[in-house]
Amino acid sequence: MKPFTYLTPHTLDEAVSLYESHEGRAAYIAGGTDVLIKIKEEKIEPDYLISLAHIPVSEGVRFNEDTRALHISAFTTHRTLELSPLIRRDYPILHDAVKNIGSVQIRNTATIGGNLANAVPSADGAIPLITMDAVAHIYGTKGERTVDLIHFFLGPGQTVLEKGEILTEIVVPPAPARTGSAYIKFGRRKAMELPLLGVGMLLSLDADMTTCVKVRIGLGVAAPTPIRAYNAERFLKGREVTDATLAEAGQIAADEARVRDSIRGVAWYRRELVGVLVKRMGALCRKRITDEKSIS
Amino acid sequence: MDREIQFNLNGNETTVVIKDHWTLLHLLREELGLLGTKEGCGSGECGACTVMVDDLAVNACLYLAVEVDSKKVVTIEGLASADGELHPVQKAFVENGGIQCGFCSPGMIMSATALLKENATPEEDDIKHAIAGNICRCTGYVQIIDSIRKAARAEEGDTVRVVAWQDD
Ligand SMILES: Cc1cc2nc3c(=O)[nH]c(=O)nc-3n(C[C@H](O)[C@H](O)[C@H](O)COP(=O)(O)OP(=O)(O)OC[C@H]3O[C@@H](n4cnc5c(N)ncnc54)[C@H](O)[C@@H]3O)c2cc1C
Repeated sequence: MKPFTYLTPHTLDEAVSLYESHEGRAAYIAGGTDVLIKIKEEKIEPDYLISLAHIPVSEGVRFNEDTRALHISAFTTHRTLELSPLIRRDYPILHDAVKNIGSVQIRNTATIGGNLANAVPSADGAIPLITMDAVAHIYGTKGERTVDLIHFFLGPGQTVLEKGEILTEIVVPPAPARTGSAYIKFGRRKAMELPLLGVGMLLSLDADMTTCVKVRIGLGVAAPTPIRAYNAERFLKGREVTDATLAEAGQIAADEARVRDSIRGVAWYRRELVGVLVKRMGALCRKRITDEKSIS
Repeated sequence: MDREIQFNLNGNETTVVIKDHWTLLHLLREELGLLGTKEGCGSGECGACTVMVDDLAVNACLYLAVEVDSKKVVTIEGLASADGELHPVQKAFVENGGIQCGFCSPGMIMSATALLKENATPEEDDIKHAIAGNICRCTGYVQIIDSIRKAARAEEGDTVRVVAWQDD
């Protein structure tokens, strides 16, 4: 690896000002599982790596009882999320995603913030979070700002983060009663695989347990950035959720996906998959709502 | 940049001068001569370089040496006890044909050991989930999974018969 100097700021302000003083020659590093590979492959050659791992922020996940929002520190590892009983119980869509990111070894170091900031179209952490209407909290020289995560991604490897800005926290708002959620990473292998397609879905049912009152469909590797299938969501909202309407929603989502050919799969196949997997995730959401109801 | 770090390596307080861009794998193999930890892909895919940092399995090829400062590192060399008695996981691998060419074994054993620290009675799916980041090209994994299951039972109290190598 090409030599660099490793800097370990202890506050966000210190990190941001180190970035400013080494502008153009520095990169942030959290878990390093993307950044170190880029350095090894000589895709980037920073003279300074500024570590975000030594900033004593509230690591991990926190549920705010007053607002009923979930706060996830950007520096939380995927493994911490995977093992969190709160995530497993109340945010199954996120559990589905993080438990299959890389391997235990990768998840023990890789962070959710790094996954989002790295902004590849296949980022497994991004799809559940856009599906849950998460909000990104960002800190920089101009102070703090927030951006809806769905507007965070601009293109492959590109986000709204301005030079030196740090993603600090992701906040997930509460979902209505009778909500189910699910994510599937579809690949050829069970593990150590980037998705051919990622589909996340969140579904809320009315008290009648059939009418859809809220729905979100998030797609990964279906466009240059993580996207939502807005047309399919509009179709399903207010309708009865049946196998037929889920299949139709899947078809609409397939039509609006901007899939393309890549080494992992061809466009037509991805489009077919969108239809099938949206239907399946819808059915899984519905099952999770019913199971939940039968427990409580 | 050069800097001094201090960490616990296999039970010994260790002070070394490192360069910022060294990986933990480089430090272990090239500077400290601990050759048990292997380098396979160098990019986190194969798991041959798996070690434990503060009891968590990590890929030493993607872990910077500077980051082990003040932490506890255990490599394959640190598993056996001081008198040479193998660790139950090592014994189980020897006993159950979990090792063929041996290149993946140190990483595989470290992943298995980290699993058993977290979950003393893993099911087959837990074992598969835990070693998903360790590639073996010889065994087809069956004996490895078997070894880990038996190691778990041995740690619960069953004894594992150790077969020592014998020269004819
Ligand atoms: C073997 C292997 C398997 C993998 N499998 C998967 C997988 O299945 N699914 C998947 O989605 N990804 C996978 N990845 C990619 C990677 O592990 C994830 O994207 C990970 O979450 C990145 O987090 P990190 O903390 O390691 O990021 P780093 O490498 O530290 O940083 C990544 C980028 O984000 C920037 N950054 C990091 N944190 C912040 C922050 N808080 N604010 C602003 N910028 C920041 C860095 O400057 C850098 O540009 C895999 C990687 C490897 C090596």
